[in-house]
Amino acid sequence: MKKFINNVENILSESLSGFGKAHADILNVSLSPDFIYRKNKSSKPKVALISGGGSGHEPLHGGFVGTGMLDAACPGQVFSAPTPDQMEAAANKVHNDKGILFIVKNYSGDIMNFEMGADIIDHEHTTVIVNDDVAVEDSTFTTGRRGVAGTMIVEKTVGSLAETGASLEECKNFGDHVNKMTGSMGVAFTSCTVPAAGKPTFELSGDEIEFGVGIHGEPGRKREKIRSANELTKDIIESILEDLKPDNNQEVLLHINGFGGTPLMELYLLFECGQKLLEKNNIKVTRSIVGNFTTSLEMAGGSFTITKLDEKITKHWDTPVHTAALRWKM
Amino acid sequence: MNSKDIFNYLEIIEFQISKHKDEIEKLDQEIGDGDHIFNVLRGLKEANSLKEKNINEPVDKVFKQIGMKIMTTVGGSSGALFATLIIGMSKKYDNSLENLENISNMFSEGVEAMKIRGKSNVGEKTMLDVLIPVAIKLKEIKNEKKMNLVAEKIKKVAQEGMLSTKEMIATKGRASFLGERAKGHIDPGARSSQLAIEAICNELIKLEENL
Repeated sequence: MKKFINNVENILSESLSGFGKAHADILNVSLSPDFIYRKNKSSKPKVALISGGGSGHEPLHGGFVGTGMLDAACPGQVFSAPTPDQMEAAANKVHNDKGILFIVKNYSGDIMNFEMGADIIDHEHTTVIVNDDVAVEDSTFTTGRRGVAGTMIVEKTVGSLAETGASLEECKNFGDHVNKMTGSMGVAFTSCTVPAAGKPTFELSGDEIEFGVGIHGEPGRKREKIRSANELTKDIIESILEDLKPDNNQEVLLHINGFGGTPLMELYLLFECGQKLLEKNNIKVTRSIVGNFTTSLEMAGGSFTITKLDEKITKHWDTPVHTAALRWKM
Repeated sequence: MNSKDIFNYLEIIEFQISKHKDEIEKLDQEIGDGDHIFNVLRGLKEANSLKEKNINEPVDKVFKQIGMKIMTTVGGSSGALFATLIIGMSKKYDNSLENLENISNMFSEGVEAMKIRGKSNVGEKTMLDVLIPVAIKLKEIKNEKKMNLVAEKIKKVAQEGMLSTKEMIATKGRASFLGERAKGHIDPGARSSQLAIEAICNELIKLEENL
């Protein structure tokens, strides 16, 4: 394993500490219990948005703390859910008279720990569960679809709505709505190495890919030989469209997400493939974002996320945001 | 049995699970993401660090402290579930751990709380495939006076439960994404739970032999 490490047990605290210093203008980092929160609490009452999950997906979620997006984020150990005391401490720090909205990706560990955190806080609260990964079937025989790169879109749009002073119920409903309008699916070219484990999570031979991979390197639909970008794009986009069932001339946001080990050059190539294919299907890409936002450590590969846009989602996507990883119009 | 004994058992559990560290990590890499053993060992180490300050505290308080420590240091599903087990047990403590019926009641309470927290039951390829049969067996033999016999029986049930996860398809947790591919692999959470129970049972048998 070759990584920048001093002591494997301190990776998270050293990284968080550095993150706090690098973005001292917009956020603070609390250690033990670990959470990241906005430097400037809004002077008007607002719903406080708290997300979190295992580390290793940076900039998700800490990179989305700031004006227009999250109020706080609770990072767990690498790929492990955070613990309830983190959610409790974050909630007590950032609550602002209008309740707490937890945004949680659909993984058993995250759900359980956020539930336990919610049980011990005194503030009014509710939860939006993100499950945008169309690679996994949502049935009673599985834990259900996973939350992946679409989480950023939920956090951005609901974050914007919360800034307007909307109620907890409005924020919750809008979060569920954006989640339902969003579908994602990805492909991995290599595994990733959890620092504490010191060796790759799974094995892929030179020409193999994991189609429909999860953001922790979990298996997807199938393992197969590498194919051209156009062919991969076609299979992925078709799977997402099958799920989202867009209308003719539907406007969408197209997000290409890198898993951490794939150059931006390839991600933009993928955008080109996706945009063309969507155009051919009479779908209009009117909003776009390309980059490494929901990563899996150093895994190579990437994912497509499509959100069907309506007036409200478009409006809240476009509003100003100022976080470590997303910043526009302010 | 008092708080000192509880910390003693905790040390024995940590030793036993550490011995099988590589095996559990491998099981988890096959059907999970490999973090289970690190989380469990971190939690056990932290829980053991409570010993000095709490060794003379009442049993229910010690259980609660250990549960809270596990809840705040393990993370993931296993942290939430093991913490729920131990905090659940602390709630049912009835002034003594000398009587097997009391222990059985505590354990059942903890396991019931886990079932609710994990929305899970036997047959889903999880630690509950070990812990539920153990809770049932304990209830069944709660009047048995010979602790070595109790320990032998519980050890056997835990072992069978752990092995039963091998041919199951997971319907909960990250292994559920594997579908059929999860078959043929023992669940790492079931293995670590079984090892913890085995460690306690072996110690009980040893104590009995030395009487």
